[in-house]
Amino acid sequence: MSSIRMKTCAMTAAVAALFLSVPSHAETEPETTDPIVINGGELELPTVAPAPAHLEGVFDQIYSGWLFRDAATQAMQMDDFENPGMIFVDQGIDDWNTVEGKAGKSCASCHEDIESMKGVRAAMPKVNEAGDLWSMEDYINDCRTSRMQAEALEWDSDRMKNLTAAISVQSRGMPMDVAIDGLAEPYWEQGREMYYTRYGQLELACANCHEGHYGDWIRADHLSQGMTNGFPVYRLKQAALVSQHNRFRGCIRDTRGETFDMGSDEFRALELYVASRGNGLPVEGVSVRH
Amino acid sequence: MADNVKPRVRVPKTAKAGEVITIKTLISHQMESGQRKDQDGNVIPRSIINHFSVSFNGTPVLDVKMEPAISTNPYFEFEVAVPESGEFLFTWKDDDGSVYEDRQSIEIS
Repeated sequence: MSSIRMKTCAMTAAVAALFLSVPSHAETEPETTDPIVINGGELELPTVAPAPAHLEGVFDQIYSGWLFRDAATQAMQMDDFENPGMIFVDQGIDDWNTVEGKAGKSCASCHEDIESMKGVRAAMPKVNEAGDLWSMEDYINDCRTSRMQAEALEWDSDRMKNLTAAISVQSRGMPMDVAIDGLAEPYWEQGREMYYTRYGQLELACANCHEGHYGDWIRADHLSQGMTNGFPVYRLKQAALVSQHNRFRGCIRDTRGETFDMGSDEFRALELYVASRGNGLPVEGVSVRH
Repeated sequence: MADNVKPRVRVPKTAKAGEVITIKTLISHQMESGQRKDQDGNVIPRSIINHFSVSFNGTPVLDVKMEPAISTNPYFEFEVAVPESGEFLFTWKDDDGSVYEDRQSIEIS
C-alpha cells in the first residue's frame, strides 16, 4: 500500500512540475500558411504577414483567421459563388445604385461606380476632417444624411452591412494599412488600453484569448488572433453578415460583462487598434467563418 | 412577403456535345420555417421557397419540392449532360406566390 501511495505522490509531484513549466503563453501556430486562392486562381490572398512594428515582442507573424477554420469553411471562401456573403455584396451594390432621400441621389450619383471605393476598407477606421475617428458606417451615414438627405441607417442593419460588404470587397487583396499616428494616436492608445483590459465576471481581456491562446480550442472551435481584415464576415452560425462592432459586443457579452454599444466611441477606438494589429494582412472582403 | 430575394446561377458558357457540366444555384431567402416564435410568443408565419425547377430548351432537368427544414439561402449543385446549344431556365416558387426566374444560355463547341 505504502509503496503505491509513494508512487502516487511522486506522480502528483511530476504532474505539478509539468504544469508549472507550461508557459503562460500557450498559442498554437497554424499547421500551414497557404494563401486563400479565390475562384481557382483569380486572386491570391496571403494568410500570413510579418507583425507590424508596434507588436514587436508580442507576435512575430500575424495570421488570417481563415487558417484556423476547418477545410469546408475555408473552401466556401475560396469560391465567390459558394461564399454566402456574396449574396449580400450583390444586394449592397443594388443599394449603392438606388436613389433615395430628398436630394434625389444614390451613392453612385457622386461616387459613380462602386469600384471607386477601392482602398477605402484598407484604411478604416480613420480620423475625419473634424478630427473624429470614424468607421465606414459613419462615412456612409454622413453621406446619406448630408448629401442624399436620407435617413441614417442603423449600425447593425442588414442594409448597412450589405453596403459595408459591397464597399469592402472592392479592396479585396489590398494590405490593411490603418494610420495610428498623428491625430489617430489618442484613439489608438484608447483602443490598446481596452484590448488589454479585463472585462466581465470572467475577467477576460481580448489579449487573454487572441494573443495568449490563438490556435487553442474554445468550446468546439479554434481561437484566431482576432484579426479584423475579413470583416464584414459571413458567419455560418448566424447565417448572416456580422459587423466588427457586433463581434466586439459578442465577445464582451461572453465575458459576462456589460458591453459597449455598437457605434460607440469605445468600439471605434477598439476597431482602430485591432485593425492596426492586422496591418499587412490583405482585406479579405467578405470572409466566411464559423 | 420575402425581402431581398435574389437568385444566382453559375452555368459554364461553353461545353462539348454530351459533356456533363456542373451547375450551381443559390437564392437568397430567409426560409422561415413556421415553427419559430417571436419575442411575444406569436408564431412567425411560414415563408419559404417551396419549389425549384430547371429546364433546358423546354425539357425538364430537375424538379424539387422544398420543405421548411431547408435552411436559409438554399443552394443546389447538380450535374447535367448537355446535348446541344440552348438555354437553361431556373424557376423558384415562393409561398407568397412570387416566382423568381433566371435564364442562362450555353454554347456547344
